[in-house]
Formats: sequence, C-alpha cells, structure tokens
Amino acid sequence: MDTALIDLAEGGSGVIGDIDVNVGSRGRLMDLGLTPGARVTCLFSAPSGDPRAYLIRGSAIALRREDAAGVRLMGR
Amino acid sequence: MGLTLRSVGKNAAGTGETCGTGCCRVAALAGNPNVGKSTVFNGLTGLHQHTGNWSGKTVLTAAGSFEYGGKSYALVDIPGAYSLRAGSAEEEAARDFIAFGGADVIVVVCDAGALERNLNLALQILEVTPNVILAVNLMDEAKKRGITVDTQGLSRILGIPVVPMAARRGRGLEELKRAIAVFSPPEYAYTVRYSQEVEEAVNRLEMVLENLLDGALNPRFTALRLLENEPGMIAAIDAHLGFELKKHPLLAPLLDPVRGVPETFPEGIGNVSNILIEGVYRACESIAEECVRGPAGYGERQLRIDRFLTRRSTGLPVMAALLAVLFFITVKGANAPSDALYALFEKTGALLSRGLAALSVPAPVHDALVYGVWRVLGYVVSVMLPPMAIFFPLFTVLEDLGYLPRAAFNLDSGFRKAGACGKQCLTMAMGFGCNAAGVVGCRIIDSKRERLIAVLTNSLVPCNGRFPILIALITMFLVTGSGAGSAVLAALALTGFVIGGVAATLAASRLLSRTILRGQPSSPTLELPPFRAPKVGEVVVRSLLDRTVFVLGRAAAVAAPAGLLIWLAANVSIGGQSVLRAVTGFFDPLGRLLGMDGVILTAFILGLPANETVVPIIIMAYAATGTFQGYESPDSLRLLLTQNGWTAVTAVCTAVFTILHWPCTTTLLTIKKETGSLKWTLLAAALPTAMGAVVCALIAGAAKIFG
Repeated sequence: MDTALIDLAEGGSGVIGDIDVNVGSRGRLMDLGLTPGARVTCLFSAPSGDPRAYLIRGSAIALRREDAAGVRLMGR
Repeated sequence: MGLTLRSVGKNAAGTGETCGTGCCRVAALAGNPNVGKSTVFNGLTGLHQHTGNWSGKTVLTAAGSFEYGGKSYALVDIPGAYSLRAGSAEEEAARDFIAFGGADVIVVVCDAGALERNLNLALQILEVTPNVILAVNLMDEAKKRGITVDTQGLSRILGIPVVPMAARRGRGLEELKRAIAVFSPPEYAYTVRYSQEVEEAVNRLEMVLENLLDGALNPRFTALRLLENEPGMIAAIDAHLGFELKKHPLLAPLLDPVRGVPETFPEGIGNVSNILIEGVYRACESIAEECVRGPAGYGERQLRIDRFLTRRSTGLPVMAALLAVLFFITVKGANAPSDALYALFEKTGALLSRGLAALSVPAPVHDALVYGVWRVLGYVVSVMLPPMAIFFPLFTVLEDLGYLPRAAFNLDSGFRKAGACGKQCLTMAMGFGCNAAGVVGCRIIDSKRERLIAVLTNSLVPCNGRFPILIALITMFLVTGSGAGSAVLAALALTGFVIGGVAATLAASRLLSRTILRGQPSSPTLELPPFRAPKVGEVVVRSLLDRTVFVLGRAAAVAAPAGLLIWLAANVSIGGQSVLRAVTGFFDPLGRLLGMDGVILTAFILGLPANETVVPIIIMAYAATGTFQGYESPDSLRLLLTQNGWTAVTAVCTAVFTILHWPCTTTLLTIKKETGSLKWTLLAAALPTAMGAVVCALIAGAAKIFG
C-alpha cells in the first residue's frame, strides 16, 4: 500500500507523488505547492488532531484530514 | 470585483488618496497573502491602512500615491492571492486587476523565506505581462533563519528588476520607488515553457490570437487560458474583451465543438491546469535552486512555540488564558483614566452650566444641554473610551504577532463540525474590533454559503463598543470591589461571556448549516505565518488614530443627540406621564419576561445606532424617574440600579442580551451592502435577537423557579 500525507507522524516528511483526482480542492492544493516531487514535512496538529500544519515549500499550511488523505506520497 | 483602472487609477481624483491628473504611472502591488504587501504599501504611500499578520487581510483594495523625483505615481494595493486561479471573491478581484486592470507596472511582493512558493504567482503574472518588478520582502526575517536570496541572479534569470526589501524596517522602500519610476518594459522576460503538446497548441492559438486580440491581452496568456478552459476565467476574458472569444469567427473553427479546446489538443493529456501548475512549479524550483541558499526547514524554536499553542492539552486553555489576560489588563487599566475623564467632564459640565446661566439661557434648554447632552457624552467618553483604547491595541499586538491564524487553526474542527469555514474564526476575531469590519472581512471566505453563515453570525461576538457595557455590568454588579483579586474575577467573568459568544457563534452556524444554508464545509487555505515581533509603537499610534478617534467621533455624533432625546423623553409629559415612562412602561412586560425591564429594553432599542449609549441611557432613564444624584462612584450607580429592582439575574440577562441582540446600524447597513439582500439583513438581526430572547427567558425562568 502506498502512503498518504495523513500517515506522516509529527516531524515526519515525505515526497509528494500524486493527488487523488477525487479530492475536490486538488487544483488548489497543487497551486499551494503540493506538486509531484515536492518535499513535505508534518509540523504540528490542532488540539482535536485535525487539521495539521505541513511545511510546504517554506511555509506552514494547514490541511484538513480529507485533503491530507488524498495526497499520495512516493514510496520510500 | 468592480476593480478597474478607472475606479482606482490615474484619474481617481475625489477620493483624495490617489493623485489627480499629474500621475505619470500606475503601479499595482500584488503578492501572496502574508508577505508584508500592506506594509510595503504603507511604507510607499504613507497612507495608513490596517495590516494584519494573517492570510487575506486586504479585503478592500486601497489606492494611494507617492512622489519620486518630483513626479507623482499612483499605487494600487491588490488583495493577496496564491495564484491567478481564483478561489475566493477577493482572489477573483486580484486576478481581474492583474489580468485586465491595465496597470503600467505590477510589483509582485514575495517572501524571501518562501521564495519558491511565491514565485508561482510571479511567474503566472509574467505570463500576463512582462512589466513586472519583483520585490523580495522579509529579507531580514529570512536571514535570521539562515536563508539568503541572490536578488541580482534572480533579476538576471527573470529579466526584470528585483528589489530586496525589509519593509517593516523601512529598507528597500526608496529602491522600490526608484525601480517603479525608472521602469521600462524589459527586452527579455522569463517565460515558463511547458510540455511539447502544450507548447504546440499554444503556438497555433497564439498566431490567431495575435491579430484577434490586437494588444487587448497577451496572446500567450490567452492561449494558455483557452487550453485550461476554466469557465470563470473564460467569462472574465469575455467580459474584458466585450465579446465571446471562443465564438469569434477566427477562433471558433480551431476549437473542438464538444471539448471547447483546440481540436489538435490530445484528449488523453489529462487535466491541463495540473500540467500548467506543475510546469510553473518546476520552473520555480529551478530558479530557487540557483538563487536561494539556506535551510528550507521550520525554525526549531518556532516549532516548539507552535506545538505549545496547538497541543491538545495546552492549545485551548492558552487561548482562553490569553483572552483573560487581555481583559484583565483592560479592566484594571481602564479604571484610573475613566475616573479622571469623568472628573474632567463633571468640571467642564459645571463650567458649561455656569456659562449657560450667565447667558440667561432658559432653564429647560440649560437642563437639556447639561443633564442630557453633556452627561451622556461624558459617560460614553469616560466609561466607554478607556477600555476600548486599551483593549484594541492589545488585540492588535496579538494579531501582529501572528497568533490569530493559530487560533483559527485550533478552532477549525469546531467550525467545520458546525458546517462552517475555519476562516470564520478570523472574521469572528475581526468582529471583536468591529462587527461591520468583521462582516466586510467575510470576503476572505471562498464559498458563498459559508460566507453567509459568517456574515449572519458575526455580531454574536461582542465588538469594541459592547465590551465596555459588559465590563460596566460586571464591575458594577457582578464582581464588586477594587482590588487586584476582583479585577481577576472580572476578567474571568468577561472571558466567560466572550466564550459564550463564541459558543453562540458555533451553535448558530450549526443551526444555519443544518437548515437554510445546507451544504458541505469546504477546505480553506490557512497559512500559519512565522511569528513576527509586533511594532508596538506603531500599533498604539495606529489604534489610537483608527479606533479611538473614530469612537470619539461616533460618541459625539450619536451619544450627544441620544442624550438630548432621552432627556426630552424623560421631561416631556403627555397626560401626566413622561414619554419615556410611557415607552418603557410599554416594553416592561416583555423586558421582565427576559429578566430585564422596560428601561433596559428601551435602551437597547435606542442604542441601535451605537451600542455605546445603552448604559448611559439606562442610567439617565432611571435617574430621570428616581432620586439619582450623580455618577460619582460605582457604588452610587449600584444603588441606583438596585433601587430600580436590579438583581444579579438582571445584570446577567442584560450582559447576555448585550452579546445576543440585533447588530448596530452600521453593521446592518454593511450586511445589506455585502449580501445585497434585505432578507439576509433582516435575518442577521432576527437570529441573534431570537437567541438572546430565548437564553434570557430561560435564565429569568430558572431564576424564578430556583430563586
């Protein structure tokens, strides 16, 4: 099974593979820099565990669970 | 929308902000949210515009001008955007101004610490026009993180002027002014190249478009948008051109009648937008690789603070504690200035009284001016102004620090469970300052449904004009005494009421999204910018100018006439009963049902133009009918209220109703303007009122049963 962004633990990082076409905000996520090959680090989570903040191309950006679940990571 | 060169540009005289006919060039400031764009704007123009450390603060486009070398230049501040692919209404406005606004030069402000991501917008804008200046801001912040940017190399690659800046320290402003003044269209400007299929299709379209557009738009930019075929963008292009581009006889034969893209464009190529986004980012990566040196990570210390502010065990308690500390400082700090101002008003009131007597002004006029106008004005200024003047700068400091996006992050799941947008937390926070501003701020919310929810619920958090009412109620009645201990208790009580307001916001949002505004919550983009040391001096000056003067003006404009009206109502009798008594008597049964009385309800109704006048109206009304001697101390006020039947229940119900009732006139007018609908405006008034009535009736009922 391939992993998704949501599987990263706090402090963990990975490389974006592809974004699930079913994710509604796919274009928006890509426009924020989540394009294939980009490195992403999981920084911290909200008190309820969702959303989480990710370091994407130098900025911390909050992503909700359903978005993070649709962002696939390349196999390590 | 509605952002055109005519409305903001060269001849926008009359606003007093842009130059008249003398402007020789219009420059537009574009950039991602949170790159200090507004700071650059303020630095260049000297025009005071509020800037905040959160995404999408510039909801209204500001225009200004600056002088350089004896000439005047117009400057337009475009709303922040991550991309020209618009998501929200403000991104649409940004896109339209960049693509069609016709500025002579577009200054793209970038964050040196996140240049790679910021270049995404810059390279997209370079597709629209080569007339771009890159302002790499926050160089100082990046340097602290060990990041350096080779701006000369960047300029060489992009072919356009690149200006390194640290706008908060005033660095690079002169250089940017000069770059705008001496700008001439570059001979070469960087162009992103895409895959072969895309380039071939673009070339074919470009040839036709060259003739067809005749300079109205960049052919390559237009060709790319045709390939992308995004309906909103195509509609915007059509609106700009004044005809339907895809139906133009020169172009229509080239387009596939079903797909709407060129017939030669391969079908299996996938989503064109995604191909273009990837292409631009690949270019960003290679440019950043050449020009940016340093660690790409998140600062260790920053991360520790962020984890503390958002962790399950500490996130929400820290938030409540921060609010409580803010309130404590406000309550404690407002005491002395309130007393001093009050004494001043008493003294000047006595002078006024003597002066009027010396002029042999008739007694009723004397009384109306001294006991009506002057007393209410005095009360509003002395009791309402100090807490506002303390709370607002403190809140702005918190905002400047960058705490608010963290608060939005913490509350996101709550708002989502209520079916609303996480960004509503930001507009709610703006509501603490002023609900009308909060309503305008709702433009940062992408989905129309969620924007309406945020607009309709904004007044459920107390604004700056209502905080002092709560403080007055708490210190006058609920928490008495003057020691530090009681100030702590008062701050906690106030925090409790505010948390109640936040809970009401969530409950109302949930109700709306389950009933008339049904729908799925969308995923907003919430950026968490690095913490920035607030410029305390500037914050204080700005708050004093922006807020305090505004409140003073409003107090004079509204409180003075209100004072006159209430005095007249209390002293003009019809059928042996004063008008005031008749009115309050009419509302008394309803008021009592809600745990208050007719006077309090009447005060809320008369306070519609400005809530600041509610408490003085209550006091005036009681004083006019009772034996009130003066306002000398909270004790005399408490005595007056007790004599008129107040209990703790009355104070609590009045506080609840302060938070949960119709918004003030300014806010209602703003809601009407923002929604364009009388129906939503009326609902925005009815919803909080109904909630307040229910809660107050429940409290009053429970008090009757158990009390």
